Order: sequence, then C-alpha cells, then structure tokens
Amino acid sequence: MPTPLTRTLNVNGTDRTVNVDDDGEELLYVLRNDLDQHGPRFGCGVAQCGACTVLVDGQITRSCQTPLRTVRDGASVETLDGLDADGSLHPLQRTFIEEQAAQCAYCVNGIIMGAVGWLRQRKVSGNTSVPSDPEIVAFLSGDAPGFTRNYLCRCGAHTRMIRAISSAAGEVLS
Amino acid sequence: MTGYELSRRRFLTGMGTLAVAFSLAPSVLERQASRAGAATPNGLQVTETTDADSLSWLVLTPSGVTIHSGKVELGTGTQTALTQIVVEELHVDGAHVQYVQGDTQVTPNQGTTAGSKSVQNGGPQLRLAAATAFQALLGLAAQQLGVSKDQLVASDGVFRDTASGRSVTYQQLLAATDLVLAADPNAQVASPDDYQVVGQPVQRADLPDKVTARFRYVQDVAVPRMVHGRAIRPAGRNASLVSIDPASVTRAKAIPGFIELVQQGNFVGVVAQTEWAAIQAADRTNGVRVNWDDGQPLVAQAELPDALRDPANQYRSVEMVKIGDVEQGLASAAVTAEASYFTPFQMHAAMGPSCGVADVRSTPDKSTGIQVTVWSGTQDVYALRGAVASLVGVPEESVQVVYEEAAGCYGDGADDAAADAALLSQTVGRPVRVQWMRPDEHGWEPLGPAMAHDLRGGITNGKVVAWEHVLCSPTHNSRPNDNPGTLLAGSLLGSLPATLPSAPGDAAGRNAPVTYKFTNNHLVGNLVRSFETTGPTSGAPAAPLQYRFLRSTALRSLGGLSNTFANESFLDELAAAGGVDPLQLRLTSLDDSRATAVLNALTDTWAARPRGGNGTGAGIAFQQYETEFTYVAAYAEVAVDAATGEIQVRRVIVAHDCGLVINPDGLRNQIEGNVVQGVSRALKEEVQFDERGVTSIFWEQNSFHPTPPYSVVRFNDVPAIDVILIDRPEEPAWGAGEPSIGIIPAAVGNAVFAATGTRIRTLPMTPDRVLDAMRTR
Repeated sequence: MPTPLTRTLNVNGTDRTVNVDDDGEELLYVLRNDLDQHGPRFGCGVAQCGACTVLVDGQITRSCQTPLRTVRDGASVETLDGLDADGSLHPLQRTFIEEQAAQCAYCVNGIIMGAVGWLRQRKVSGNTSVPSDPEIVAFLSGDAPGFTRNYLCRCGAHTRMIRAISSAAGEVLS
Repeated sequence: MTGYELSRRRFLTGMGTLAVAFSLAPSVLERQASRAGAATPNGLQVTETTDADSLSWLVLTPSGVTIHSGKVELGTGTQTALTQIVVEELHVDGAHVQYVQGDTQVTPNQGTTAGSKSVQNGGPQLRLAAATAFQALLGLAAQQLGVSKDQLVASDGVFRDTASGRSVTYQQLLAATDLVLAADPNAQVASPDDYQVVGQPVQRADLPDKVTARFRYVQDVAVPRMVHGRAIRPAGRNASLVSIDPASVTRAKAIPGFIELVQQGNFVGVVAQTEWAAIQAADRTNGVRVNWDDGQPLVAQAELPDALRDPANQYRSVEMVKIGDVEQGLASAAVTAEASYFTPFQMHAAMGPSCGVADVRSTPDKSTGIQVTVWSGTQDVYALRGAVASLVGVPEESVQVVYEEAAGCYGDGADDAAADAALLSQTVGRPVRVQWMRPDEHGWEPLGPAMAHDLRGGITNGKVVAWEHVLCSPTHNSRPNDNPGTLLAGSLLGSLPATLPSAPGDAAGRNAPVTYKFTNNHLVGNLVRSFETTGPTSGAPAAPLQYRFLRSTALRSLGGLSNTFANESFLDELAAAGGVDPLQLRLTSLDDSRATAVLNALTDTWAARPRGGNGTGAGIAFQQYETEFTYVAAYAEVAVDAATGEIQVRRVIVAHDCGLVINPDGLRNQIEGNVVQGVSRALKEEVQFDERGVTSIFWEQNSFHPTPPYSVVRFNDVPAIDVILIDRPEEPAWGAGEPSIGIIPAAVGNAVFAATGTRIRTLPMTPDRVLDAMRTR
C-alpha cells in the first residue's frame, strides 16, 4: 500500500502544505494539480526532455522524476509561474519575447528554468563571464560539465533561444 | 429563415455593432484566383443563401474588434499575421483586436488548419471583410461630419477632416450603428505601397503569456468535477484482448482515489480521482494487467523497402504525369542513371503528448442542447465533433468541441486522446481528462508513412531528356470524420477506419511532380494498403481490422519531404552523371522567373562553396510547394567524419518566395523551424518497430529504458541558419509552414555527396548508414 505524506514546500516564496496519498507521487503532478503551477509541463515522464524543469533549493530538477518523499520538508521550489513575481519580467522572459524565441512554447518552461539555474550556479561558482554560444549549446544539449540533461525543442526555435539566453546572461550574472 | 439571416440576427443587438460576414470555406476559388495571378482574389461572395456554418465574422463594437474564425492557432503565428491584415485595412491599433477561434458553438466550419494555408486562404477574405467595414465606417464618418469621404483620413481608430481638423472616433460612430453587411468582393483595399502594419515584424500576441506560464494549453484545462483517465493500450496494432488479470484489478482498486476500470472490446482505460492514481492504475506493474493475443504480425521493419514496392501490398497504381516518351528519351540519352530511395516511418512526436478533456452527460443540457463537451488540440473542431458524436452515439448537434492549443503538433494524436476521454467520461458520468504518457504518444500516434521511390533518367548536353519517378506509399490521411473508426478508440471498439485514398493526389503525391520542364516525364504513384482490404484492388478495410503496416496520417508536408528528397537527390545524380553543375542544371530546367529567382539568390554562396571531396561539401535543392505555390531553395554545408560516419550540418541558407510577406519575423521563425525539423528528419528520425508495433517509445535509450530511441535533433545538431526573403507585395500571400522542410534532406544529401563522393539514398542518414554507403561505394 502506498504511504501518505504531508509536505510543506516554499513555492515561489510562499509556504504551501500538501497532502498526498502516495509519497512516491512525482513533484510535477503535485505542482500542477495541487499547487496550481502551470509552468512545469508533462513532456516525457522520464526526465529526457526538460519540459517539467523546476528549481528545488536552487538545483535544476526534472520534476517528473522527483518523488515527493525525496523533496525535503521546507524546500524551496521555483517555477516559471513565479519568475516575474515582483511584477517585472525576468531578463530571460524578456529576451525570449524580444527574440520571439518560441513557436508552440511548450518546451520554453524547461529552457528558461534550466538556463536560470545554470547561470545562477555559474555565478555562485565565481564565473560571471557571459557564456559563449558554444557553452550555451553544450548546456542545452546535456554536454556541459556537471550538466548532463538534454533539453528538447520540437518546433525548431533553437537558434533564437540561444540568442535569447546569450542576451539575458549578462544581467542574470551581474 | 436562411442560415445567414439567423447568424445575422445574432449581431443585431441594438448595442452598437458593425458586423461583416465573409467566407473562408472552400479554397477552390482562391486557388483558381492565385493560379490566374490575381493579386487580391475576390474569393467567395457571401449571399443571403450562404450556409451559416461557412461564415466568418468580423465584428466591430465600441469596445473593440473581434474576429470569429474557424482557423486555430497552431503555434505558427497565424493569429498575429491575420490580425495584421485586419489592422492595416481598418486603421486601428492591433491591441484591440480579439480572436475567437475553434469552437463549434461560436465559430464557423472552415475545415482543417493544415498544409500551410491559414494565411494563404484566410488572408484575402479577411482583408476584404476589413475593407468593407472600413468603407462603411468612412461613409458614416462623412455623414456625421458633413464632409466628403475623400477629405477624411483615418488613423488609430479616428477619422479626421483634413480641411477643418474636426474628428470623430470609430467608437462614437459604432455606438450609434447597428449594421450587418456581407463582405464586398470589390471593396477598395489598401495599396501595398501604403502598408504600415503588413510587412512589419509585429511580435506574436501569445508569447508574453507563454513565457510567464499564464497561457493555458489543453493540458491545463480543468473543469468542475473533473477526474483523470489513462488508456491501457493493446500489446500491438493487431492485438486483441484475452483477459484482465483479476488480481491486478484488486490491486488497482486498492489504489487511493481509484474510480473505475473501463473495458469495451479492445479499449481499456482507468479513471481515478487524481492524475497520479490514474497513472498507477494503468501501470502494468502497479495496476491493471491485461493479457493480449498479438494477432497478425506487421510487415517487418527490415522488409519495408521491398514490401512497399511489392504489388501484393498495393491496391492501386495511378499514372500522375505522362509527357513524351520516357523509354525513347532514355534510349537517346548520352548518359543515363537509375536509383532507388527510401524514407522510413517518422513521428510528429509533439513535445507535449496528446491530451483531451471530455464531459459526456446522460442527457442534453436543457438550455443549450449540449450533451457532450470536448476540449481538444484538434486541427478541425467540426470533424472531431462528428467523430465523437458517432463514437458515443449522440446527434452531432449535441456535441460541442472547443479548441485549446496543444504543443506544436504537425498533425498528431489530439483527436484520439479526446476520443479516449469521451469514452471514459461516458462510463463514469463525470468530466474526464486523459493525458497520454510518452509511450502512448510515441507508440500510438498516427505516423508519417514510410515511402519508396524508383527513379530513372537521362541527360544529354546538360539537358535532362528523360525523367521517371515511381513512388510507393501508404496513406497520408487518417484524419477523423463522422466514422468512429477514424479514431483510435473507435477502431479498438471494432469500427473500421476510412477507405484508403483512391489517388496519391496532393498527399502521397505532394511534390512528386517536378516544376522542371522535362521533355519526357513519367510519374506513377502506387498506393500501399495499410491494412487488409476487401479485395486486391480495394482500399476499403476488411473486418476485422488487421494492419500490415503501422497506422499513418498527415505529417508536416505529407509525401512532399520524401518525394522531394528523391527528386532533388536524383537530379543531382543526373547532374553528376552528365558532368553539369547542379545549380546550373536546375536553372536551365526551369522557365519560371520566380523559381529561378530563389536559386539565383544562392548563386554567390554557391560559387564560394567548399570545394568538396575532403569531408566538407555543399548541396542545394529546390521546390515549388505543391508545384503551384511558395518557391524555396536551400543551400546546405556539411562536414562528414569519415571515421564515425557522423554528419554535422554546419550551415543552411533558405531563399524563400511566398509572395506578399505579412510578418517577416514570424515568417523567418517558421522557416528556421522547417530547417531544424528538416535536419532532424534527414539525420535522426526513424520509427523502430517489431511485429507487434512501435518499439521506439522514448526519446533516448538508457539502462532504465532499454527500448530503441526515437532520436531528434539536439541543440548541438542545429546549423547556423540564414533566411533570404523575397517579398512580392503585389502577389498573394502564400503559406510558409511547410514549403521549406521538404528541400532540407535533399540539400543535406547532396552536400554529403559533394563532401564524400558517397550518395545516401535512405533516411535518416545515420552514422551507420553513412559508413555502410562509404564502404560499398
């Protein structure tokens, strides 16, 4: 029998408590169905595409392969929904619009949240230089040191997304 | 009372309205007009007897402009482009234009959104409707201000009298108006020289909500009392249900939130209070376990090239082109060549798997008469309405289908997911949301079919003197209609799918004919039976349904990608055999200045191309979409690793002429997407299957998911892309959603030949295939 679980998560700055019947329920479904977050999306369910990406305690996380029991009580969870919570667009949201870097945009959650997490960790590690295009490509292809997850886009807005990340990076790293 | 009159009365509210009816329904007239070269096709005239279902409405009120259209946004910027056209003619601010789309209760029946035609067919009609409205407003303004019309100028929703400086706003005029008009086919439209909005890179209206997670996709639809369903698919395409393991049912019922197990024929599904519980209940390890009999095996994947060509698998052969005498041409040619090409089954593989929500009630709603409501990412709300009505056994009028945007689809399983939801909702009496899991999508979506091509040709003194193309293809159309068997759920209940097409037409035959003026030219299309039919020459399904090949339907550009891969690769083979420059051979074979213009746009790059032969090389390809619309040419540069066989496409340039450019940035975005997906289909994508069905059910292969991958491009596979737009403001605006994908595989293959001297005639051009071809050359 599944084990029920109660967890308090800090979702985009607000503490939210959820009860689930099965502590193995993946974070993605908890966020979407219980916590009204629509940024993280179901794409593959097996952590291969990136559409479900969120930041848990600042770490890039594929929420479709993250059972709730593995998320610590009180953990901070950041989603695309909260990125502009202060009323102004995050630099990446702004440059994605400027570059019109999407078509259907279903994958955009993963690309933006992944880039936010990656750039922040770059900054924390003391590297505040704007990443080169090959560095951005390597990150999104799961081919960068410490970042082995691939990000898929099916509509083919890749080159625009690379430009959008590049043009927002300076501001995110400053 | 006529349908027109009924619809008309809807808008006569006494609240201040100017409504203009126009029609987008059949595209025949537009096609005729555009063939004849008319800049602004008159299109369909709306009359008192026009069927209400085929009417679209442009509605102006003091609070803004609304377009009621049957066309739906498919993530291509269609809505933004169509809005630009309206804004231009009306001289209003674009922010005030609202779009009501894709709902069988409020929008007209305009057929499928597909084939790059939304702007091409919708634009001219919408322009006339907006021009009609503008002329009416102009008349009202002249009357109001007591001046002549030619004294007035309009800007941002205000008419100003140039003589006196007095002005009147549209708002003021509309408040005192109650007028319904039919679009005037002769309405004066803005001159291309005066365009201020059309031709500008206006930003897409939907993106701000999409990058801030405010946008609601079909996957986000939630209605009161909604519960969650999952389908449990058979073990294979031809499998039939033997039994359901009773212990597994007990196990599933113990899952907190479990509601019901539904089984009708081969359709099995579960419903639960929560999405997680539904996933667990449908899981073979944790929930319901069904035992299946595999049934008749599919034709093996390795046999596909031969099987498609086998007359025993074909029900029809159609001669599509016969000009001159190919045998004579071949006999007279200085040099001849022949070659066979093959492209595999490929997937739409949307980022977001199909999802549908359905609310099937036991009785119709007393006030609306609606008994069934379906929310779907379908490309045709009306076709899905008919199919769902017959599936659940209610009259079509009592079904409402509401379009909700899905992940970029390129034609996919949206309709099938909606049908799953409808069957489950009918059983449990509550609204049900069905989200396909990735293996449901990859394993059961209707695919783009495999195709085989045999070509022969001859060349003398730099001129093609013989050309023959024989293609073999399963169907490219399994879209829903009133027959429940056109939906996956319906066929699992025992209904038969639609009869296979009687001709290759613009589906399997898309871009099989060439634009080149070859003197001896022969084209034959052989139609392959996807399933057992009622006789050797019949395309009608035999009962019970038994597939020979995987179920297939429309995938971006239909047969166009495969046909153009074969045509444009083989033309390069003839050029090489005849010792002619491939670009020059194309130019001398064309007699259309717009066709040669897209090729000439690449001439300088071509002249400066890598010399080839040392692992890097360049190739070109050309086509005119459907041989009558958008002209495209591509230049591709590749590097081929001789040790690994890996191809890296470094750079692609597309020269593109789709007539009038409505939104250059939206257009570039579309073309870039075509290039990326074209590279993906050229290098990566191949559906893997065994005798039961698709085995490539995830994106990647790893120790947790040992099944073969369905690989698509990664960011590090994407080339640098340049787009050259040839804008022709005096010409009709043609579509851009599909034309340029078709030329990418051939341009890449031709570049690989230039780089290595090896011709790759099978897609995708995987490292193994490249190495094999290099070894056996």
